[in-house]
Amino acid sequence: MKQKINHNNMASQNIIKNKVQGLIYQNALYTIIAIFFGFLVGGIFLWSAGFSPLEAYAKLFSSVFSRPKYLVWSVIYATPLVFTGLSVAFSYKMGVFNIGAEGQFVVGSLAALCVGILVDAPPVLHVLLCMLAAIAAGMAWSFLVAVLRVRFGINEVLSFIMFNWIAFYLSNYVINTEIIHKVGGGEASKDIRESARILLPQSVQNIFKSDKANYGILLAIIAAVGIWFILTKTTFGYRVQAVGLNPHAAKYGGINSNKTMYIAMSLSGALAALGGAVQLMGNSMRISQFAGQEGFGFQGITVALIASSHPIGCIFSGLFYGAMKYGGSKLNLIDAPTEVVDIIMGTIVLFIAISHVFRYLITRRLKNKEDK
Amino acid sequence: MEELIKNLGLVINATLIATPPLLYAALGSTFSERSGVINIGIEGMMTIGAFVGAAVAHFTSNAWLAFLCGGLVGALFGLIHAIACVSFGADQTISGTAINFLAPGVAIFVCKSLFEQSSNTPPLDTAQKLPKLFNGVFEVGSFWNNVLNTYVATYLAFVAVAIVWFIFYKTRFGMRLRAVGEHPKACETQGISVFRIRYIAVIASGFFAGLGGAYVTLCTVSQFRPEVIVGQGFIAIAAVIFGKFTPHGAMGACLLFGLCNGLKVLLGSGNVISPNLISMIPYVVTIITLVLFVGKSRVPAANGKPYFKQK
Repeated sequence: MKQKINHNNMASQNIIKNKVQGLIYQNALYTIIAIFFGFLVGGIFLWSAGFSPLEAYAKLFSSVFSRPKYLVWSVIYATPLVFTGLSVAFSYKMGVFNIGAEGQFVVGSLAALCVGILVDAPPVLHVLLCMLAAIAAGMAWSFLVAVLRVRFGINEVLSFIMFNWIAFYLSNYVINTEIIHKVGGGEASKDIRESARILLPQSVQNIFKSDKANYGILLAIIAAVGIWFILTKTTFGYRVQAVGLNPHAAKYGGINSNKTMYIAMSLSGALAALGGAVQLMGNSMRISQFAGQEGFGFQGITVALIASSHPIGCIFSGLFYGAMKYGGSKLNLIDAPTEVVDIIMGTIVLFIAISHVFRYLITRRLKNKEDK
Repeated sequence: MEELIKNLGLVINATLIATPPLLYAALGSTFSERSGVINIGIEGMMTIGAFVGAAVAHFTSNAWLAFLCGGLVGALFGLIHAIACVSFGADQTISGTAINFLAPGVAIFVCKSLFEQSSNTPPLDTAQKLPKLFNGVFEVGSFWNNVLNTYVATYLAFVAVAIVWFIFYKTRFGMRLRAVGEHPKACETQGISVFRIRYIAVIASGFFAGLGGAYVTLCTVSQFRPEVIVGQGFIAIAAVIFGKFTPHGAMGACLLFGLCNGLKVLLGSGNVISPNLISMIPYVVTIITLVLFVGKSRVPAANGKPYFKQK
């Protein structure tokens, strides 16, 4: 009897030990450590500038969670970031660093804008047309970069950066053309037609008390699940990951890495472009003249990193970033600079970059304990 | 004819003024990339260099001190990048991305704390800016005045190219730096400290990027604004790839970007062509030139790969 209890005890101990070890090998733990350091460093900056970090963070959180309306706004802020995060994460799986998500986002929203203003179509069809235009534009923008890399051997980071700026000025050019520009001045385009908007019905908006509540987040979740499915359940996804892990081995294994690259990069561009379309059709309704890059693409890089490039993780990290952006924008109510959000996010990314050091330290500690 | 010469002078002058920030940053990027460390944090390092330059000039009225401080704060962020990438073997692109959030965030945060919630520094007056060389030597409005009467720091940028070229190709350190970027393991067997060289290179890259940022606020824009750098760091990185990772090649690429900017000034004044279309030219030209003439830019072999000391 006594022996049996002992045995049970050991078994449960083992289970706990396995669980602890499982946790240690999981990326999530290190992401949480990184987030902790992010808030710590942000707090140090707030404190040294004469603000109470606790008060500021309390403001940040209450700006997100205290009312359903705020939560809805956080989700609206998060939606485009989930898309750009997915775009970066997907290309990262193939070993391509999509620093061009910014440009793909811009051409996506620009294409959707043109169709949304110039085409007259019935409601649902119009939305589909806008999104198709955005997808086509984003795919083309990214496909060109893939061609430059595969056919001409041009470093894709370079072309992505060039294409970001071409998209930037293209957008500024197009919104200043006569047929797109808002009548009567201002530095923005016309609003897209009512039929091209993806807002929730009035009754639902009333419940959320937000006139910008839209379907975007549902589309983002569908996209994330779709990308997860492609990566884990399809041959194409397997090829993408094989090319990403070792392009030479993939080639040796009979994978046409060029073809895989063309398709995957196009898909990645389409995702970022959809983010642009959703931001336009669900929130901004028009595009204003850019003074500087808006950063949805660059923030997407952070979203993907926090999610360790897991598609489903991108939903949560996108929501996290969206909430930080929305909550951060309220910090000026207590006179604290909203840029503390950038400091927090930058620190999080930095600590994710060196997370393997923590992993090493923790596993070594555990091993030492075991040896004793 | 006279009009043409005058315009030519203006274009050259605009080119000379627009090139140095890219050039300083590109020299920095060359250092880092050739040692085998990708540094896309150049953009952020430039931004904080621009802020510190403007802030120090505002408080001390000493432009040269401000210029140096801009470089030093860039070097500080270079150090952060080096600690993450060289000591801890972090993914270099991720660390660079982090710096592109951190450095501008810190710059604007401190700016708002110092200047009553404003994300701009107060405008600098001429005495607080860096001096011009040949000021008052030539007649105002003449060709030579248009061409040569420009900031000392502009000339310094080109001198810096020569110095960096000398370091790279004529000194032992330069040879080691290039070797470390190609085959760190072989270097270590020769008793070269890969860590030390990469640390120096990455810190130098931050220093130069900071100088480039400070140049913008101390010469051209006269104040710090959040959008003051708008992608010049990324363009500098592109220039380095374009220039095949050599200081002189990067200079050629930077001059091309600068020239496009000069043309923008000239063509933009007539309002014939949309300034937005003209602004696209450097990027389109880069892509076309790469496709037609330059072809593959060979990345240093060990670029992006963390190196761990062999035991």
